[in-house]
Amino acid sequence: MSIGRFFRRKRWDEERARELESYLAIETDENVERGMAPDEARAAALRTLGNRTLVREEIYRMNTLGWIDAVWSDLRYGVRLLRRNPGFAAVAILSLALGVGANAAIFELLNALRIRTLPVSHPEQLADIRIEGDDDRSGGFDGRHPNLTNPLWEKLRDRQEAFSSLFAWGTPNFELSSGGISRTAAGLWVSGDFFRTLDVRPLIGRLLAAPDDRRGCAAPPAVISYGFWQQEYGGSPSVLGRSLMLDGHAYDIVGVTPREFFGVEVGRAFDVVVPLCAEPFSRRQSSLDTKSNWFLAVIGRLRPGWSLARATAHLEAISPGLFRDTLPNYRPEDEKAYLAFRFAAFPAATGVSDVRSSYETPLWLLLATAALVLLIACANLANLMLARATAREREVAVRLALGASRGRIVRQMAAESALIAIAGGAAGGVLAQWLSGVLVASLTTERDRVFVAVAHDWRVFAFVALAASVACLIVGVVPAIRATRLNAAAAIKAGGRGSTDTHERFGLRRVLVVAQVALSLVLVVAALLFVRTFRNLVTLDAGFRRDHLLVADVDVRHAGVPADRLPALYDDLLARAQSVPGVDGAAQVRNVPIGGSFSNREILVEGVKQKTPTNFNSVSDRYFDTMGIALLAGRRFDRRDAANAPKVAIVSESFARVYFGGANPIGRTFQIDEAPGRPRPPYTIVGVVRDTKYNDWRAPFEPLMYGPWAQDPQQPLSGLRLVIRSVLPLTTVTSALTALVREQNPAIVIEFRTMASQVRDALVRERLMASLSGFFGALAAIIAAIGLYGVMAYTVARRRNEIGIRMALGADRRQVVGMVMREAATLLAIGVAVGVAAALGAARLAASLLFGLTPHDSGALTAAIGVLAAVGAIASYVPARRASRLEPTVALRDE
Amino acid sequence: MPKRGNRPIQGEMLQGTLDLLILRTLAAAPAHGHTIAHVIERQSDEVLQVEHGSLYPALHRLEDRRWIASFWGTSENNRRARYYRLTPAGRRQLAEQTTRWEAIVRAINRVLRPA
Repeated sequence: MSIGRFFRRKRWDEERARELESYLAIETDENVERGMAPDEARAAALRTLGNRTLVREEIYRMNTLGWIDAVWSDLRYGVRLLRRNPGFAAVAILSLALGVGANAAIFELLNALRIRTLPVSHPEQLADIRIEGDDDRSGGFDGRHPNLTNPLWEKLRDRQEAFSSLFAWGTPNFELSSGGISRTAAGLWVSGDFFRTLDVRPLIGRLLAAPDDRRGCAAPPAVISYGFWQQEYGGSPSVLGRSLMLDGHAYDIVGVTPREFFGVEVGRAFDVVVPLCAEPFSRRQSSLDTKSNWFLAVIGRLRPGWSLARATAHLEAISPGLFRDTLPNYRPEDEKAYLAFRFAAFPAATGVSDVRSSYETPLWLLLATAALVLLIACANLANLMLARATAREREVAVRLALGASRGRIVRQMAAESALIAIAGGAAGGVLAQWLSGVLVASLTTERDRVFVAVAHDWRVFAFVALAASVACLIVGVVPAIRATRLNAAAAIKAGGRGSTDTHERFGLRRVLVVAQVALSLVLVVAALLFVRTFRNLVTLDAGFRRDHLLVADVDVRHAGVPADRLPALYDDLLARAQSVPGVDGAAQVRNVPIGGSFSNREILVEGVKQKTPTNFNSVSDRYFDTMGIALLAGRRFDRRDAANAPKVAIVSESFARVYFGGANPIGRTFQIDEAPGRPRPPYTIVGVVRDTKYNDWRAPFEPLMYGPWAQDPQQPLSGLRLVIRSVLPLTTVTSALTALVREQNPAIVIEFRTMASQVRDALVRERLMASLSGFFGALAAIIAAIGLYGVMAYTVARRRNEIGIRMALGADRRQVVGMVMREAATLLAIGVAVGVAAALGAARLAASLLFGLTPHDSGALTAAIGVLAAVGAIASYVPARRASRLEPTVALRDE
Repeated sequence: MPKRGNRPIQGEMLQGTLDLLILRTLAAAPAHGHTIAHVIERQSDEVLQVEHGSLYPALHRLEDRRWIASFWGTSENNRRARYYRLTPAGRRQLAEQTTRWEAIVRAINRVLRPA
């Protein structure tokens, strides 16, 4: 049989019909010649020919692949069924699309963040080289992956033998200025072999190579990303040779990287790459020769035949020499720790990522949540399909009795759900593309750009197909098998006459509803846990007042002010800020709480070195008033606390409690464990203030000490940071301050953010979990309610007769309502009981993401049960009421 | 829809022979279905009664195997009719099947009338 004939089988059939007709004509002619009457002649011809339809069917069957034809006709039948119930079709397809879409979107993110390898050649050969174990390094840390110092990197590069090539990279934020406007650009400092190691080819121009990265380079070139090229230069090829101002230094653009290349950091994108030798242009004090400034990460490509284990062994062997030759000027105990460090090679095929580590667990949890929602939606649809199958019970019974095979009927009924699954899956796949974009956007904040290269590869496709198939299986096949497992004779007899429901056949629907209630309870509990976690975090008392508080970053790097005159400039700027009308307070601060940076010092209290470093901040005199931090004892800083006056400090409650056992610490002293050879003057405590959150919003209050700004030995060279309190509208304050700074020196750049937004940005993950799990939880509860409603409505319809008899025998409406509600309550209770057990088991997975409550929070559990009970009660009251409104006479006559 | 298995066993036995008879009939000259049916009946002295309808699936099958080819023509009494003719492959097939048929007949005869 030829495929061509399969597609033209209709025409073939017509051809055969014509042929048979021609036979009849000839035979009739001959019969007439033999002397028959025309009618008789035709009848005789028909007799000789036999069953024409049978002949045609036999030929038709020869022309077709049986199963294709059967599937095709089943699908057409399915389409007809769906068209007859457009409401059902819409609800079914939409709910599946939402379910599949949500799952696929989250999976796309996980795929991009966790599963996919870097889009470079042979990513499996790449290794991330860093110090093994949980090290406690000292010094300055900068960038997202501060794994190595530059001296360490240079020694490692020169001495290692495990990698055919390797590179160091740092993640600076450049201030990009063009046409008088400046903004931040995501940069990369890379050593010369970056592109060679990754084997990346330029899209246009050239990429950086070893000769570009020579210490002391004067005019280093820059390479820009595809995205930056499109966004800033409209993708014009004339970009090559143009100059780019980064941190006030001009770089020549020499090339553009390919579109799919986003660096080695999954979850981030870069704008511009410059050689590492350009680092001094961006920092007043270069870290290239500083042995304790950690700001680089190193990735290498393994030599052919080298495994990670072998590379690690090699790195361990050369580590002692590397660390001995780069020993910073440390205190003895830090020195000991430093010399004990060992390098190891870690797989880097999927890149390195800080986004991954903070979002992997939440995303898996969200995927599980979304999967449960899909499951509940499927259970709901299965229930609807079961109801429809029951309505067709008689038809199915008749067909079975007439000899249709069970498989044939199951296939036909499953075709409908297959159509729903295909349509829902396809729509979900489309929806996922949009949803994943929304998800990524919700992770991004102004200061923390998250970029996820979401790709629609085979994994995503397979995932969607799998989700849709599972959905189809649950929604269609199970009910179909169920529907055909019936005693045909009994069904024909009993069809539509059930006076009470047949428990055995109705059981599956109850099980489905119980499962829905149980799963929804789990989701509602999860939602409540995450929403309350977010609420706890948002409303916690941070020790300072967040409202009407503004943070200003003032960048003086390009103002051309010599370092020795900077303190005077800072004082002047602060004084001007304080004098702006409507500003209630302004202060300088080294580290703004929850601002992403913090300092700590090791201290000695009464000569005893404390084990853990103590948080430290240096602030100007009006800091506490500006922030709204209450002074509990002693005094604030004032003009007495000048640079060369005796050292003073203000400490937090926790400090007083931990180091002085809660005794009044005013007048007591402590020392800072300075580097060897430097003096260790006593710091006299002059005040005690309330505890505040400092670096980590979620961490409990830790001891914190403040020093007066004037006594800070490390006056910042790049600029100052101000906190400003004002009740005026935001734009009024910022424009006044901007004008004031411009007036002082037009080359000074000032940037603002509110403390409230800074806190909000610190809680992006929690907000995402709260909003998504809240959404899923609400969705689950609604679907479960619909499911319960459906089953109860169905029960009532089935028991019409029984209810009619009861009412005729004197049951009043209340009793009927009670009867129906009791049955719903039983289903609900079983579902809740199962759900509580499941929720208690599942909540432990979320423990690390919760704040201010335990996974087994009884409040959340109780509230979830309450929510489901209330929703369930409403869902079952409607059918119960309908049952009670039955006219007994009508119900009984109906039969 | 009828199933293959429902057909009378006679038909099954006839199937191979029917193909052979059709091929033999067409070896003389191209013919349409009606002629083929009547020629088979006449040449067998009305012993072999073909159900004329069953001829058509057989014709279709033979055409599928490219042993015969078909074309539309005009019958003796000016009716449009679908004519069949033997292809070279069909001719070879006819020779082969005739030989095999004769061998079977001889074998059966030897069994029925042992010498």
